Order: sequence, then C-alpha cells, then structure tokens
Amino acid sequence: MTAVSQTVPLSRTTVQGDAVPMVSIRGVGKSFGTNEVLRDIDLTVSKSEVVCLIGPSGSGKSTLLRCINFLEVYDRGEIRIEGKLVGYSEDTPRRRLSNRDLRDLRRNVGMVFQQFNLWPHMTALENVAEALVQVRGMDKAAASAHARRMLDRVGLAAKADSYPARLSGGQQQRVAIARVIAMEPHLMLFDEPTSALDPELVGEVLQVMRDLAADGMTMVVVTHEMGFAANVADKVAFLDRGRIAAFGTPREVFHESTEPRVQQFLQTYHERNSF
Amino acid sequence: MLDLSLLVQYGPALLRGFGITILCWGAGCLIGMVLGFALMLLRQLPVKPLRWVIRAYIEVIRGTPFLIQLFLLYSGGPSIGLRLEATTAGILGLGIYGSAYFAEIFRAGYQAVPKGQVEAALSLGMSYGAILRRVIVPAMLVSTIPAIVNMMAILTKETVVLSIITVPELMYEMQTMAAETFATFETILGMALFYWLLVEVVSRLGRRLEARVTRFLTHASPQGSSSETATARA
Repeated sequence: MTAVSQTVPLSRTTVQGDAVPMVSIRGVGKSFGTNEVLRDIDLTVSKSEVVCLIGPSGSGKSTLLRCINFLEVYDRGEIRIEGKLVGYSEDTPRRRLSNRDLRDLRRNVGMVFQQFNLWPHMTALENVAEALVQVRGMDKAAASAHARRMLDRVGLAAKADSYPARLSGGQQQRVAIARVIAMEPHLMLFDEPTSALDPELVGEVLQVMRDLAADGMTMVVVTHEMGFAANVADKVAFLDRGRIAAFGTPREVFHESTEPRVQQFLQTYHERNSF
Repeated sequence: MLDLSLLVQYGPALLRGFGITILCWGAGCLIGMVLGFALMLLRQLPVKPLRWVIRAYIEVIRGTPFLIQLFLLYSGGPSIGLRLEATTAGILGLGIYGSAYFAEIFRAGYQAVPKGQVEAALSLGMSYGAILRRVIVPAMLVSTIPAIVNMMAILTKETVVLSIITVPELMYEMQTMAAETFATFETILGMALFYWLLVEVVSRLGRRLEARVTRFLTHASPQGSSSETATARA
C-alpha cells in the first residue's frame, strides 16, 4: 500500500481554497487499439461541486467518467481522488493496484448507471442494503434500517419490498441512487442517468439529483439534459473527439463560448428538442 | 405370457437397484456440478495454459463415449494404481462425464450475466467473492436452470451404462431378473416404468425450482394469480 493518504476534512462547511481537490485529472489519455478515445484531459472537481460532461456521442464522456473509478483503465496521465492516485501505485514505473486497494478507493465513489443495474433477484430494500452488509460490514438489521431511510430519501419507502421488475424506470433509477448514497460516498458519478427513461420519468430522477447537489454532494454527471447542466452544474465540460473543447460555468459554455463545435452541438440540440 | 407376479417377486431386488441408481445419479450430478463450476471459474483466470488444459479436458470428455471413459477408469485404473470399487468408479465416472457438460452450461450462464450488474457491485466496492455469491450465481441460476435440469435428466439415463461394470443398480438387477426368468417383456416394462418415473420426478422438481428462482422476474401480475401464490405459500 501507499503512504497514508492525505485526509480531507469531510465537513461540508470546509472552505475550498487550498484544500486537495476532490478529483484532479491531469493529462489523461486512453486508446482502444489505435483509436484514441481520450487525449490529454485536464479537469479539476472541487468538493461539493457539480460538473457536467456534455458533448456528442462517442466524444469520450462516459469513458472519462468510468476512468474516475477505474471501471475503465486509463493509459496515460493521472487521476487523483482526494489526493490518492486512481488505479495505480505511486512508484515509477507505476503498476496496477490490487483489487483490494481498488475496493478501498471505490467504496468512497458512488456510480449511477444509464441502465440502473439493479440486481433483479433482490427487492429494492435488499439492493440498497447489500453493499452495507458486504462492504461496510453492517449487520443485517442495521443495514435494512439504514436502507429504508435511504429509500425514504428518494421517495420510495413504499416500494421497499418490490422487485426491480415491478418498478418503473424512474423508480429503479431512484433505488440505484439510494443504493449509492447509502454508502455515504464522497463523490458520485452519473453516467447518463436519465437517457434510458421515458420522458415523463426524467423529472423525478433529476429532482433527486438536484436535492443531492443542494445537500453539497460532489457530482460528476455525463448528461444530455442541457437544462440540468445549465441550472444545476457549477462547471460544464464540453468534450469532442476525446478532448475537452470548452470548459467553464454553464453561462460561459452555453452563452459565451465561441467554439464552433459547441455552437453546432447546441444548435442541433435545440432543433431536436423544439417542435 | 405376461406375468406381473414376477415384478412382485423381484420387487425388493429391483427397489434396491433403484436405490443404487438414485445414489449414483445424485452423487454423480453433485460431483459433476461442483467440478464443472470449478472448471468454469478456473477458465476465467487469465492463464492461457490453464485454459487450454481445461478446454482439452472438456472436448475429450464430450467427444468420447461414456462407456469408454468408464472402462478406462474402472478397468484401466488399476494399471496406474487406481483401484476403485464398481460403485465408486461409477459415481466418479458419472461425475467426470457430467462435469464437462456442466462446465459448458455454467460458462454460458456466466457470460450471460449482465455486465452492468457486476459493474454496479464493483463500483460499490464489493469483493469478487461477494459478487460471485450475491450477484453472479443468482443471475446464472435463472438462465441455466433449464439446461441444468435437462443435463440431470440425461444423466439419469446414463446410469444404465454402470451395469456394464457390475454396479448393482437398476439395469443390472433387471438383467439378472431377465436372465433368471426369461421374462423379457416384464423386464422391459419394469425398466421403462422406473426410468420414466425418475425422469418425470426430475423434470417436475426442475420446473418447480425454475418457477422459484425466477419468481422475482414477474411483472405486476393480475390480482387473481398473485393472491393465489400468496395463499399457496402461506
């Protein structure tokens, strides 16, 4: 194992200032064969910040997000979460971390998927309680009680005993969010959390995400919901062909950017969403 | 002519034989599944020579007749210092034979586990052991139960081969009865009845098991049927 990691104060009232950023991405690159999907990405996410990754499909947004918790392996550069290098040892040449060390990192980083990925053979409550027992070592009763509170927080206390097959897409995604927040992560990653939902179910999921942001959760969100990005994000990164082509506050990216690819993307978006 | 009293006279011997058949079949299935599951897991390791060896094992077992494998084990075994009793050899032989098929069934099931379910578990910090037990195996059960039950039904019928190496199972007892009484028709009738009974029981249990492990997959069902299940379980 590496040296003792720098401890970051967990209190939400911490002034950001010189504190170690929640996520620090420096010169990250990744290739699938000869196809460079990420090139020289730099991005910093401070504590309690909401950063949205937007851009055309195939631009590398999801790949970048998945590199942050090492579900996807990056080849070049470095990603640090609360100062700790993700996926590799601090030695040179660096070597891949063991699964055990990866687990230590991942338990503080929650991820919400496009396809929800609930376990179909467990009820909503069991889905939320599972990792509390398996990872946090809580006993079953305490885990269930905690899981019930989390379901209540996403407005699904009444569905605790339902299997995922009996829940709507929006409800499933809210259970998936409850499953993550039950672990009290320092950082949450969202991979197109509303893209698989019927339009009328998008709102309930976005509302839960707004509440989390308001509570000070640090979030990195890959999304096609420009409204969410414009209203909730502190920063927006526009990716195109594996690079960050524009970065800034929503106002800077959506209204002041002169980058032609951003303008073209937004125009396409507006045309598709007007009728 | 048809003399059913013979079945009564030979009843005890036949029942004993039936018992041995069930024993060989049950133990063989168990060994086959445990071995098959282990082979499937080992095959997931990124060690190429290991994969080749396992693949060769599976291909050889699936590509040669069970009878020959059994002869090799029982009659050829002593030449390499492996002396087994007929019944032990029979059980082990069935287990080895079944393991190749179960390994393939489990491999298909393993590959069919939705990747996202595993990623969700990984992203929560769960260990591979916990993911295997809590996520992968339950998902595999759902997709492989029909194939597992089918293989078990096939193995019930493969037990007759054990009679050739003198395991005193049902087929062996039947042959004894036929040889002593020349009552060929009764023997065949009795045999058909017993094996049909066995396969029938296996497939019925299989259907129940399948209904049980897939019950959570049912979408909101009409009220009638759901209250029915509730009372049935109560």
